Amino acid sequence: MSDVDTIQRNLRFSQIGKSLTRTDSPGKATGRTPYAGDYVMPGMLHAKVLRADLASARLKRLDVSKARAMPGVACVLTAQDMPDRAIATDIPGQTGRARLKTDQQILVKERVRYFGEPLALIAAETADIAEKARRLIEVELEPIPGVYDPEEALKPGAPVVQGTDNVVATHKIRKGDTEAGFAAADVVVENTYITPFQEHAFLEPEVGLAWIDENEVITIRVCTQVIEHFRAVADAIGVPHNKLRIMGALVGGGFGGKEDVTVETYLAILAQKTRRPVRLEFSREDSFVGHGNRHAMKLKYRTGVTRDGKITALDVQVIADAGAYVYLSPYVLLYCAVNAPGPYRVDNLNVFARAVATNNMFTSAFRGFGGIQAAAAYEQQMDEVANAIGMDPLEFRRQNLLQTGDPISTGFVPPSAIWTEKCVELAWQALGEPAPAPGGSIRIGRGIAAFQQSYGRLTFLHDTSEAWVGIEMDGTVTVRSGVTDIGAGQASSLAQIAAEVLGVTLPNVNVYNSDSQMTPLAGTTTASRALYMTGNAARLAAQAVRDRLAEVAAELFKAEPAQIGMEFNRVLVIDDPERSMPIAELVRVCASRGVHRSELAIFRAPFTDVLDPETGQGQAHPDYAYGAHAIEVAVDTETGEVTVLKSVAAHDVGQCINRAAVEGQIHGGVQNGLGYALSEEMLYKEGRLITPSFSEYLMPTAMDMPPVASIILESRSGLGPFGSKGIGEPSMTPVAPAVANAIADAIGVRVFEMPITPERIWRALQEARARGCR
Amino acid sequence: MSTEKTITLHVNGQDEIATVPPHRTLLEALRGLGHVDVKCGCEKGDCGACAVLVDGEAVDSCLTLARSAEGREITTLQGLGTPEAPHPLQQSFSELGAAQCGYCTPGMIIASESLLRKNPSPTDEDVRIALSGNLCRCTGYVKIFEAVHAAAAVKRQTGETK
Repeated sequence: MSDVDTIQRNLRFSQIGKSLTRTDSPGKATGRTPYAGDYVMPGMLHAKVLRADLASARLKRLDVSKARAMPGVACVLTAQDMPDRAIATDIPGQTGRARLKTDQQILVKERVRYFGEPLALIAAETADIAEKARRLIEVELEPIPGVYDPEEALKPGAPVVQGTDNVVATHKIRKGDTEAGFAAADVVVENTYITPFQEHAFLEPEVGLAWIDENEVITIRVCTQVIEHFRAVADAIGVPHNKLRIMGALVGGGFGGKEDVTVETYLAILAQKTRRPVRLEFSREDSFVGHGNRHAMKLKYRTGVTRDGKITALDVQVIADAGAYVYLSPYVLLYCAVNAPGPYRVDNLNVFARAVATNNMFTSAFRGFGGIQAAAAYEQQMDEVANAIGMDPLEFRRQNLLQTGDPISTGFVPPSAIWTEKCVELAWQALGEPAPAPGGSIRIGRGIAAFQQSYGRLTFLHDTSEAWVGIEMDGTVTVRSGVTDIGAGQASSLAQIAAEVLGVTLPNVNVYNSDSQMTPLAGTTTASRALYMTGNAARLAAQAVRDRLAEVAAELFKAEPAQIGMEFNRVLVIDDPERSMPIAELVRVCASRGVHRSELAIFRAPFTDVLDPETGQGQAHPDYAYGAHAIEVAVDTETGEVTVLKSVAAHDVGQCINRAAVEGQIHGGVQNGLGYALSEEMLYKEGRLITPSFSEYLMPTAMDMPPVASIILESRSGLGPFGSKGIGEPSMTPVAPAVANAIADAIGVRVFEMPITPERIWRALQEARARGCR
Repeated sequence: MSTEKTITLHVNGQDEIATVPPHRTLLEALRGLGHVDVKCGCEKGDCGACAVLVDGEAVDSCLTLARSAEGREITTLQGLGTPEAPHPLQQSFSELGAAQCGYCTPGMIIASESLLRKNPSPTDEDVRIALSGNLCRCTGYVKIFEAVHAAAAVKRQTGETK
């Protein structure tokens, strides 16, 4: 695999690797695209959720009689109306694996475990009436002692939120001999890094519309990353799986925040109860407490290193705040453990990670899924260790980076190329000349961060994905697949793949997606897996159709099938392009002969058993993506204000399907990572969120965004179609530690807790001054 | 007891009738009339997804009372162009990949159009300031900035001043 100019290499494709206009773009840009919240039905009811305003309490009284009596109120439901109902919150999507039995009460029966936990559902003729009825509900909550810090929650005698001791998951990785490794070290560096909660802050709040169709099927149109929650929702309300249908829509952003069930269960219950269409839209405040946030973590890194820069041992202790319910915490924590050493060779490794329940908002999936917290720690630690031995941080990385064919922490050898070193070099070079020091209180600094991030789900989940491809009499192509499109162009990518294989132009492909009963199930749009899994399924299906068409074409042209080419809506003999016809004509011939013009394909990821529970050895993921991010910042040492001057992202994406879409993912990942590093802060007071709006929770605006240079490498070694890897999560993973390293470089001290706010910088500088350095 | 009042809203060149109570926002009224290209993101004026032009000026329709927009010219994203005859901003947002999930796009294009009507040749800083009230979570704004500049160039070339 050589790194020739990939744009040149992509010339052999007619559709792949280009910056084509995505199939969903014109509708979005002209305001014609309906989202889940834009659907209405005659006789539709409007629903609201009443939430608890304490984080740890006992429900003493819940009187809904006045609300029920209000004219225009169709129904008010509490836990008393559905005493045994609970919703499974683990393992979204299809898998035969036994569940963790981490079911959550749908409405509070007795105990409130987090601020915002739902107490009652209201459905009324108008949203105004529903809102008035909500205010008529009388609630009496008796506060009970809660626990808001996972370390406190581990102490004997702490209030128990989940299980017997609040520990909801433990993962261990043991490799080599850390005792011997530390003994062989010249220097041992120990630091603790703190990463914060983070809110997904998609622009479209959770919304859905449910109704009962002519076959008694409870049907829900909802913005979700996972239509396959239809099973969990059906189980929760007591109907068979084939009587609950979830239809998606183009989703107004997900990032993991629409990976768990949000409004679906409430809608299903209300539709079942009222037998009328019901619409439920979360307000922004609802949304802040309506889905699990990113796990806050505390990561203690202890690294042994020789003077000449070899890592001899690494010990990592992680405590993650799981919040009040389990959700995907065990899996997020596993990603953190597996990625704990990052993209580096560590022969003597010990990782001990725990996720601990508290009365904070429950935490679950978010772009990067545990791998990002690990990256925030390991990349800051790499700089700290390099400083401790007086070595250039890039040189120190170079000496320890994994190379293609090296095993990762679990002993697994990723099947694809590992181009991290190249990415580090290119990203650093692209920063160019340093900005001139402006003097005064402003300091300029630079940082680099490399990363490892999986794409594809955990292999013990035995992930599969299906797609159906068919070609019509007029030469247009239909793709049917359950994949949800959350804004990254998932459907458009499938169209581009089918277009490439079948030789038609992109506008001639239409994708029907995101329907749990009518489109072949494709799994989740999570874990940077949609392109890898469903892209492969679509490619397999399209290839099967193409093969049958090519056979007939070969006969018509008296050529071999291998000589048949298809491009730009024509079929031709490659060496003699004069012999050609429109694909539509070929399809009609095939139809008249009864040739099967469609195919349903399934793609299976590698299937493995779980990792060894004591050593963590084995295969956790199908493969990994690698890259690096370089940042230049200016820091005002008087105010602590940070300005990001330059940002360079270098990623081996395997193969671009749509180059502009890849760049878009990278830009968005940078923005999301800058917010994580610098400004986004979920502040809680006794579990009560005090930042539930965009004027309090500060994400990067147009004023904050630096220029982003994208360096896109294509090793063509990935497991996705045409050798692609995932980019959704990888684009964000290295950003925050690169920022942290740049700030430390600028001001000479490190702020160990994110977000690195002006206040924290100012305090760190004050403390450093007090200690007499600088 | 009812304080509802029937008003006429002039939306995308058409007169439309709505019966609204005093507290009904322009966002709610427009969506109620079927203008669902106006998006609800926060209802607090923090995100800009609901921006529409009122007499050529971009405003957050969630902070505007429907009654106060009576008699004024309201333009939503659909009012700027169609898939067959897109406005230069719609064209550039589509072609340059400036819309990802697309939920902020209506407000972004409206805010951009409001800028370009006043300032046909904006600098980078002008664009950033004009869009600073419109949050996007997908694109990092990079391609949005590119799309605004591209559309500005097209508008200057075609002499469109609208």
